[in-house]
Amino acid sequence: QLNLCDKRDDFEDILEERRNSSDLRYALRCYTPALYKGLVPCKASMLKNIVLQSDSLQYVISQVSAECGESQEAVQEEASLLLEEMAHRLQLGTIRFFAFTLSKAFKVLFRSVCVNEEGIQRLQQAIQEHPVVLLPSHRSYMDFLMMSYILYTYDLALPVIAAGMDFMSMKFVGEMLRMSGAFFIRRSFGGDKLYWAVFSEYVKTMLRNGYAPIEFFLEGTRSRTGKSLTPKTGLLNIVMEPFFKGEVFDVNLVPVSISYERILEEALYARELLGVPKPKESTSGLLKARRILSEDYGSMHVYFGQPVSVRSLAQGHINRSQYNLVPRHIPQKPAADTQSFVNDTAYRLVRLQEESMVLKPWVLVAMLLLQNPDGMDLSTLTEQADWLRRLALTFGAFLDWPDREPCSKVISSSLVLHKNLVCVSGGRVRLVVDEPSGAELSTNEMAFNQAVSVLSCASYRNQILHLFVRPALLAVALQTANSNRRDEVYNCFNFLWNVFSNEFILCPGAAVQDFEEACFLLGKCGAIQELQQDIVTCQSGQTTLAFLCSVLDPFLQGYQVILYINIYHHKRACAHTHKHCFVFLTYAGSLKCYEALSSDMQKNALAALMRLKTVRKVKYDVTFAFSKTHRGLVSHLVMYCRFSRPFIFC
Amino acid sequence: MASDGHICERRRAAERRLRVISGHLHQRDQDGHVAVSAQECKAEAPGDNPAKAATAAMPKRQEIMKWNGWGYGDSRFLFNKKGQAEFTGKYRLSGLIIPSLKDWMENTFGANLQHKAPATDCHNDVVKIVELACQHNVCLIPYGGTSVSSALECPPEETRSIVSLDTSQMNRILWIDEKNLTVHVEAGIIGQELESQLNESGYCTGHEPDSMEFSSLGGWVATRASGMKKNIYGNIEDLVVHIKMVTPRGVIEKSCQGPRMSTGPDIHHFIMGSETLGVVTEVTMKIRPVPEYQKYGSIVFPNFQQGVACLREVAKQRCAPASIRLMDNEQFQFLKPQVSSIFTSFLDGLKKFYITKFKGFDPHHLCVATLLFEGDREKVLQHEKQVYDIAAKFGLAAGEDNGQRGYMLTFVIAYLRVLDLCRNVKERIVRECKERGVQFPPLSTCVTQTYDAGACVYFYFAFNYRGLGDPIHVYEQVEHAAREEILANGGSLSHHHGGKLRKEWMKEAVSSVGLGMIKSVKEYVDPHNIFGNRNLL
Repeated sequence: QLNLCDKRDDFEDILEERRNSSDLRYALRCYTPALYKGLVPCKASMLKNIVLQSDSLQYVISQVSAECGESQEAVQEEASLLLEEMAHRLQLGTIRFFAFTLSKAFKVLFRSVCVNEEGIQRLQQAIQEHPVVLLPSHRSYMDFLMMSYILYTYDLALPVIAAGMDFMSMKFVGEMLRMSGAFFIRRSFGGDKLYWAVFSEYVKTMLRNGYAPIEFFLEGTRSRTGKSLTPKTGLLNIVMEPFFKGEVFDVNLVPVSISYERILEEALYARELLGVPKPKESTSGLLKARRILSEDYGSMHVYFGQPVSVRSLAQGHINRSQYNLVPRHIPQKPAADTQSFVNDTAYRLVRLQEESMVLKPWVLVAMLLLQNPDGMDLSTLTEQADWLRRLALTFGAFLDWPDREPCSKVISSSLVLHKNLVCVSGGRVRLVVDEPSGAELSTNEMAFNQAVSVLSCASYRNQILHLFVRPALLAVALQTANSNRRDEVYNCFNFLWNVFSNEFILCPGAAVQDFEEACFLLGKCGAIQELQQDIVTCQSGQTTLAFLCSVLDPFLQGYQVILYINIYHHKRACAHTHKHCFVFLTYAGSLKCYEALSSDMQKNALAALMRLKTVRKVKYDVTFAFSKTHRGLVSHLVMYCRFSRPFIFC
Repeated sequence: MASDGHICERRRAAERRLRVISGHLHQRDQDGHVAVSAQECKAEAPGDNPAKAATAAMPKRQEIMKWNGWGYGDSRFLFNKKGQAEFTGKYRLSGLIIPSLKDWMENTFGANLQHKAPATDCHNDVVKIVELACQHNVCLIPYGGTSVSSALECPPEETRSIVSLDTSQMNRILWIDEKNLTVHVEAGIIGQELESQLNESGYCTGHEPDSMEFSSLGGWVATRASGMKKNIYGNIEDLVVHIKMVTPRGVIEKSCQGPRMSTGPDIHHFIMGSETLGVVTEVTMKIRPVPEYQKYGSIVFPNFQQGVACLREVAKQRCAPASIRLMDNEQFQFLKPQVSSIFTSFLDGLKKFYITKFKGFDPHHLCVATLLFEGDREKVLQHEKQVYDIAAKFGLAAGEDNGQRGYMLTFVIAYLRVLDLCRNVKERIVRECKERGVQFPPLSTCVTQTYDAGACVYFYFAFNYRGLGDPIHVYEQVEHAAREEILANGGSLSHHHGGKLRKEWMKEAVSSVGLGMIKSVKEYVDPHNIFGNRNLL
């Protein structure tokens, strides 16, 4: 299990040196990274040849040509084009260009960029021993630029990065990224056998040859909510396969946690979540966005985690000899045990990312402000933030809280940094809501603006949820369970755990461990006592428990609203997304339950309902399979919600 | 580890059993039924008399050889660290029991107390011994000449008396059929003896396992042995024409000496490699005229990959010489003085050759294949040329002068699993050693032999145990890890030999149905586990 109180490394600000010495010299300095000991030296162009000639690709090519009746050459040509579209063209020159320009940009944007040096040393060691896969968290476009920048700074091998096809459409920039090591993959290629073969062979060849560390985002896309997303396992499976098949001795997976004090895309994300389409990536868009250069984005932290050896993870879980029965170049669907192993590993890695994510004081402030939508006195806020800080530390939070400064100063400086989200007037702190003067706004428009400010704020609060989610589930379970008996509490916990396992990173099948972890944490902070059969709440822990319950409130309420609206309006509304949104806005707005408007929460809720077999998908529509179960679920959810809202079902 | 109570119980049970057995034997003795004669051998009886209990009455071989077949000495060594309980469970009682044990041993077998192995003279003796063993429920462990992979170690859980059945006196060639080119031999004969006796008549079997000086024909059959020159002559399963084996159920043999039968599965395959079904007493095997001409050769490769690629090509064209072995760089460097005579002459030549002409080969990567051609002169030369032609594509025929070619380092080599397996296993060994505190880097190298559909890889593994508390245990752990790695990388559990070391992986290796099949054969043939060495199963 994960150790919550591991000693963490110290950070070093890499911008400090940049501020004191020439960027140009830095960009042109000698770059001689340590390389993988088993490296087969080859150039980017040679790589393509190896991939095209590989047994596995040749096998699929002849298979495809037999299936669709095209000639072998034509398919080969197609594969070659796909590869052309995909492949990176890593060049040191481009990297140097980026090193120069990004130095300038980062110095303007950030106060500091902090990196744990010990992590860098571990990584350097790992790169030499076995092929390395870098797995950063994904919160911003900045992430992969920053990763390459840091690796260049520390004289480490530059990674090749799996990037979404979206960037390709940015004319000039796309090519620049390609030359700095990005390779582009289509967002969906479900049935395309050839594409899959080209893609997976490309990645595997780079891994086997030790060409460069491979970097991709487990979450698949930027998390707009600040919460980690459910990991995607496709690429992870590909990079593990060479180990399963014995082609490499081991593969090192290195989780990297990148945390921002202020996210560049902050306001965009909230609008995106509310259904305003994301601006298409374009070069002109990028140029327009340069006004962000005039703002202060605080500091950012990059934490390189302990390399995780696939070999030691797989010990006892994977029977590698199963791969010996079929020639290795024939593609095989991963067996069930492999699938679940890869899945577990993915969750474990995302949890590792979460744990090493540095949290700012502002995150605590956001949490408190959202729990008090009508605003708070600054003094109360300060007091409660200090209390919350101690609770978070008990739970093992990785807080970047300036030790020497008084609490009030810390709070006010983070309020200043986020002045676009909060304002202080007359000693009261409240969220800023965009209200253009003069124009009459309809209720729905007002609700929309409210929602933008709530969701923006929530994206910061969400950063700390991974810390509280298990204890919070337990706190709610304790409150709703009919008795203190351990098994009953567990049943309630398990129900909630199930409902929310799309919303939070809860490893599949780990409900019991999570329950125990929650018990341990609540016991540690003195909120509960574990007796033989019972779990008893302590008098002194009531504040903690009440707080933890309200942590989960927005989600419980949001799920309720989503469920309610889907059930009672699906016939009229579901087919028309606009109307659907409208209904949502009206209901949620009147209930002040803005988080239910987040498309992320809606998606998660529907996925959960589908998983729990309450609804099923019918073509493009979502239809509810009316059954006793869903009734049960609805009333069940209502039961868990403390503030019963006016729309309780009959 | 057994608890004290458990030991007591076991001891009582064993005492009881021994009393019964000795009673039976006394009776028989009065009837004047001396079943077989037994001669003394060198095993010691631990507990009672740890001093040399050896009075060697058997012919020379046993005198020079270390007694390796009988596992008691070994097992004490293995177990005393962990606590005497398991081990002495059998021996503590000896103080009590020995008098009666001594009696029946002396009276029945004409031997004195210390571990005696009944040495047999012919098939019929074996039949009698096995019958007796069945009658009195005594465990039999046949002994031919060696004990590899702990095959002859006495199972610690065995509570019956154990009789080691030495077959070394069954060493006669019974007949040679020059028309059909077969020889009929008693199975106790040692490889070297068989070969030299056959050579006198101008024949050979061509079966040359590395242990040839020590291992017996019966042992080859029982463990599915493989020989160095298998490319021409085949492994034991290709060489054997007829087997006679004594099992607790009776004698098993085919009705003819024909080369092939299609009456169901070949019963020889139940016997070969079975290890626990009975005693092989007589074997008919193929012979060949002694080859007219032998020629050694060697090829140098720039690296191991090229060597493997060359061997693959040779196997593909089915032109493998009698022996072809590829040594990797480590072995080439470290084992120089130990490499057998085949290599020595070549080494001198190579040195010169290497220094004068091929500085292009990195001495830390180059590896060497050794070759042995056999047959009539003309064919050997032809064959040699064919192999060297292939070799020229991958490396240098070290015996020839056409070396100017340099070497082709094609980037995309045939991606053989062999390469990955060798690398992974070596790395695993290095890593395991490091984890277990071996201070000096271990030596792990491999040599491969070719088959049509794959290759045979040998790993040599040794380490300096300085500073280790329990080096044997470390050794076993590392070996265990290496074996696991081999299986995971698509290797088979064993190329030859079974023994006890492989037991743990049997199910994984042959599937549970497969294991069940083997078990059911054992159950039918030997329901009371008379041949109780507990190998494989």
